[in-house]
Amino acid sequence: MATLAELCIAAVAEAFRTDRELVGTGIGPIPRLGVGLAKLTHSPGLMMTDGEAFLVEQPVPIGPRAYDDRKAAGYLPFSRFFDSAVWSGRRHAMVTPTQVDRFGQTNLSALGGTHAQPKTQMLGARGFPGNGIYHANSMFIPAHGPRVFVAGEVDRVSSPGYNPARRIAGGNYSAIDLKRIVTNLCVMDFGGPDNAIRVISLHPGVTFAEVEAATGFPLIDAVAGETPLPTDEQLAIIDRLDPHGIRHSVLAENPPAIRSAS
Amino acid sequence: MSTLDKRMTAAEIVGRLSSGMTLGIGGWGPRRKPMALVREILRSDLKDLTIVSYGGPDVGMLCAAGKVKKLVFAFVSLDAIPLEPWFRKAREAGAIEVLELDEGMFQWGLKAAAFQLPFLPTRVGLGTDLVELGGLRTVQSPYDDGEVMVAMPALKLDAALIHVQRCDHRGNVQALGPDTYYDEWFAKAADQCFVSAEELVPAMEDAYPEDARANLFERCFVTGVTEAKGGAHPTSLPPDYGWDMGWFKKYAAAAKDPGDWASVAAQFVGASEAEYLASVGGMEAVGALPLPVF
Repeated sequence: MATLAELCIAAVAEAFRTDRELVGTGIGPIPRLGVGLAKLTHSPGLMMTDGEAFLVEQPVPIGPRAYDDRKAAGYLPFSRFFDSAVWSGRRHAMVTPTQVDRFGQTNLSALGGTHAQPKTQMLGARGFPGNGIYHANSMFIPAHGPRVFVAGEVDRVSSPGYNPARRIAGGNYSAIDLKRIVTNLCVMDFGGPDNAIRVISLHPGVTFAEVEAATGFPLIDAVAGETPLPTDEQLAIIDRLDPHGIRHSVLAENPPAIRSAS
Repeated sequence: MSTLDKRMTAAEIVGRLSSGMTLGIGGWGPRRKPMALVREILRSDLKDLTIVSYGGPDVGMLCAAGKVKKLVFAFVSLDAIPLEPWFRKAREAGAIEVLELDEGMFQWGLKAAAFQLPFLPTRVGLGTDLVELGGLRTVQSPYDDGEVMVAMPALKLDAALIHVQRCDHRGNVQALGPDTYYDEWFAKAADQCFVSAEELVPAMEDAYPEDARANLFERCFVTGVTEAKGGAHPTSLPPDYGWDMGWFKKYAAAAKDPGDWASVAAQFVGASEAEYLASVGGMEAVGALPLPVF
């Protein structure tokens, strides 16, 4: 039987469905497997890297491998990443921020304290500010809870969202394009009034009330049904892209896709 | 007349630097960092430095040793150990000033400096905390669109430090490997650029003319060169060697226990580069470090 992680991978793949040729970046095992699955099924225009510098047409399996196993078809090093992928808008990235607020603003910088002395220093803004202003973005949250989906604003705004109070006259925010949030409970999008966050599908056995209780801000119920289970074809591809089973260690206790009746 | 012989020792290079300077450090996180030169700084009296870096252990060690007044950064990470533990300690102690940037803004600032411009406009930073926290200002397009953008200030460097595979006595570099990150722009943004190399050759045209396309930046941007075998260790330098995960684990653990740099500095810096290299098993061990896969 499929696991919840595999259901999430299929949901990630759906988030990346596209007719365009653009770079699909999934940071972390579930997002990366989802992008690979999308590329190998419905969205062949997606471009992926080996995680280092080369573009590959066959997504590189995650986990230990020989250095030269990946077959380079193209070249996209960091040294031209902003020119080619980010600032051209030819990219869709899925990341896992530490905090997300109701505007879709995210935080990867620091928690609490002050800018001069944060309580918890994290990675830094990385490429989030540029990603957010220039190309499509989605999120994967492995443990849906109110410490991630915070009430109010995130502690530091690392990537922009749809917060009108953060916009200055004359600024161009037209490329802000937040697509999906895939969590261990549900799939959400930004399709509500003024881009408010909606729940669009619940994973099998999850209720809207449960999602609401695990979220620090109000959600819109736009549930159209259960998040689909991965097909046998999808499971076979996922297994090929994750030969070491790293996906099984992402979600706490690696639950099945369908909650047990107990 | 200048002989164009730019050879120096690492100590002579550090002797050209002074406290209070703004130093750019090439590489990216735990990859192709000029660590031999960073170690030489750690052996010196330099202090109050402003460090401009896509940060890895270079930033962590300089912070831990109290060399840093201000850090210009977009991240500091060891990749496999995502949060650089010594950098984190310095930040959470409020010990350093910071200018936090986006990775793309960062290289844009280096390019502004390289082109001798006061700033370059960008949309990056809009809608985030970076602009206000960093004291960044905006600029309006003078054309009909009237767009308001962030004016990314030039990141002018007093000196840049870069590690490459090969260099000749005149400063002709060859940087091999899959990615050279923004090393080219560190070199061009700096008043002085110092290069360490795995192999120093008298004349590149005699040694490796077939690889001239690996000449990442022209020798007019190079002030001094020095040979440093294993000079990126513990960071990676593909295709020559990978990063040293065992070293990173010990270094990260030391941030917790004993948590005091002074008592572990000798282990991670060494009294000399020869001693350091010997302590990590010499070039035989460094050259055998597997290339990381992602």
